[in-house]
Amino acid sequence: MNPEKALMTDEPAAPDILAPSESPAHTRIDVSAVAAMAGQRADTETVFECGDINVYYGDFRALRDVTLNIAAHEVTAFIGPSGCGKTTFLRCFNRMNDLIEGARVDGAINYHGVNLYQDEVDPVEVRRRVGMVFQKPNPFPKSIYDNIAYGPRLAGVKRSALDDVVEGSLTRAALWDEVKDRLKMSAYGLSGGQQQRLCIARAIAVQPDVVLMDEPCSALDPIATGRIEELIAELKTEYTIIIVTHNMQQAARISDMTAFFSVQANEMGQRTGLLVEYAPTSLIFTNPDDPRTEAYITGRVG
Amino acid sequence: MSVLTTPAGIATGAADALRRRPGADVAGSAFKWLLIGATVFATGFLAVLLAVMIVDGWEVLSGNLWHFLTHGFSQRSAAEAGVWQGILGSLQVALVTGLFAVPTGVATAIYLVEYAQGSRFARIVELNIRNLAGVPSIVYGLLGLAVFVQTIDGFTKGKTVIAGGMTLAAMVLPIVVITSVEALKAVPDSLREAAYGVGATKWEVLSRQVLPAALSTILTGTVLALARALGEAAPLILVGAATGFMSFGDANVLETFTGPYTALPVLIFNFARQPGADWGVNAAAASVIILVLVLAVNGLAIYLRNRFERQW
Repeated sequence: MNPEKALMTDEPAAPDILAPSESPAHTRIDVSAVAAMAGQRADTETVFECGDINVYYGDFRALRDVTLNIAAHEVTAFIGPSGCGKTTFLRCFNRMNDLIEGARVDGAINYHGVNLYQDEVDPVEVRRRVGMVFQKPNPFPKSIYDNIAYGPRLAGVKRSALDDVVEGSLTRAALWDEVKDRLKMSAYGLSGGQQQRLCIARAIAVQPDVVLMDEPCSALDPIATGRIEELIAELKTEYTIIIVTHNMQQAARISDMTAFFSVQANEMGQRTGLLVEYAPTSLIFTNPDDPRTEAYITGRVG
Repeated sequence: MSVLTTPAGIATGAADALRRRPGADVAGSAFKWLLIGATVFATGFLAVLLAVMIVDGWEVLSGNLWHFLTHGFSQRSAAEAGVWQGILGSLQVALVTGLFAVPTGVATAIYLVEYAQGSRFARIVELNIRNLAGVPSIVYGLLGLAVFVQTIDGFTKGKTVIAGGMTLAAMVLPIVVITSVEALKAVPDSLREAAYGVGATKWEVLSRQVLPAALSTILTGTVLALARALGEAAPLILVGAATGFMSFGDANVLETFTGPYTALPVLIFNFARQPGADWGVNAAAASVIILVLVLAVNGLAIYLRNRFERQW
């Protein structure tokens, strides 16, 4: 399927709008080169190209001039102190910030070459392709089965095919064996870790291209966290994953690329987040370029 | 505090310091007893009220209940008069009230919370609706008389059940809106985000997730608002509920919506102003009946809430 066309609410739009927009060369990060340096496959396809992203909440600038690319079938981790805008940035990729009153995203995020922030793009379709897992497990107040089936039903999956979709999604989320005998029971009866895996299963049930994860393990114990991390490692063969985490060991364990964000206060005391360094995870944690990154990952600055 | 300098001193000091001291928290105990007192007073007040009404109306409630429930008003004697027309009228008025107030009120609340959320317009409207909830019912009666009885008499046919129901609908509308607004606000945003996150449209999020989650609270608030409407007399008298003898003639049930009508609270007012102790008995008995009716409606609200209750 051609993503350029499928995302449009009214096709055909003017061809020049659909063409991949060029961002200034000096702000581009050459993903293939850094990936090659890290000993990974160099021909990785780029899923997202972000050029000079600024996010405002009303008059307040929460994030400044972020430029980075996200590669397909990799795990990209966003780390940084609280208030550095990493969650805000994550929510730009599926236009979740649209739901926050007063939030405004400046700049272009090209998804397979289509700018997500042009008028012709339907945010609902974006969210079908770019799924999300939230910080706190948030299952629907419905049965386990209906939690998974909700998205596919909306997407028009036939009733006869739903059972397979539910089983497939739960299996891929490593939850099927634990819940197969109680699919009709409330999702609230599951433990926190199970609920979060249910939310992951729900996100992949609509067969997205990308899965965004906003601190998915912060409410979980180490054992449940370990299971989610294993799951992420398996899921990356099929999906592109972007994960926000406060846990630097977690970022080091599971991610291929790491972006370190920090905050800077202006003279009026407003704290704006910015991207400090974006590099292969192995480099960030062994030989960071920026002294601020080094200070953060070695624990000298919180 | 020099005893605390040696380990032995700390030990004896701890034994002393940890001992329960009677009278240490006088204010706390006093507050608790104050709360208990207020609770006893509030419930005791209601119990006494109910007891007095039952005792006063006992003559009718024990001996003559069936006749009282199944007969209309009579000018001739208290013993012949009944509340049948009032019960029917009250239920009809409540039905019309519900039909007008519930869809309008819930729709207003959905718009305010889900669409105009946080806007200056929504805040102003919400504030005004909250103020409207405090407007005395007699004012709504005047509004009903001017608008529903006189201006749009082509629709309401003048002083009818429909005009009465619409008047009470205007009265309870703010309550329905406010409870629905609170119910919708209580639905956590994480639920909305979860639905948006799998590619739901706004309509799908509202209809499949938010409204079902808020339904039990909306239902409870709505039914309680109707119970309040059931007990109102003043606005109904203004918009033409009969305060004296009335007859349906040979009208069928549908036609009674556009004919003369009365309501239980109006009948109680009517009984109470007649001279003679036996009319007072009727008033007390009718009060017990309206209380039973209102309690039944409230019971329905509790049943519906438990039936549809969701947790998250």
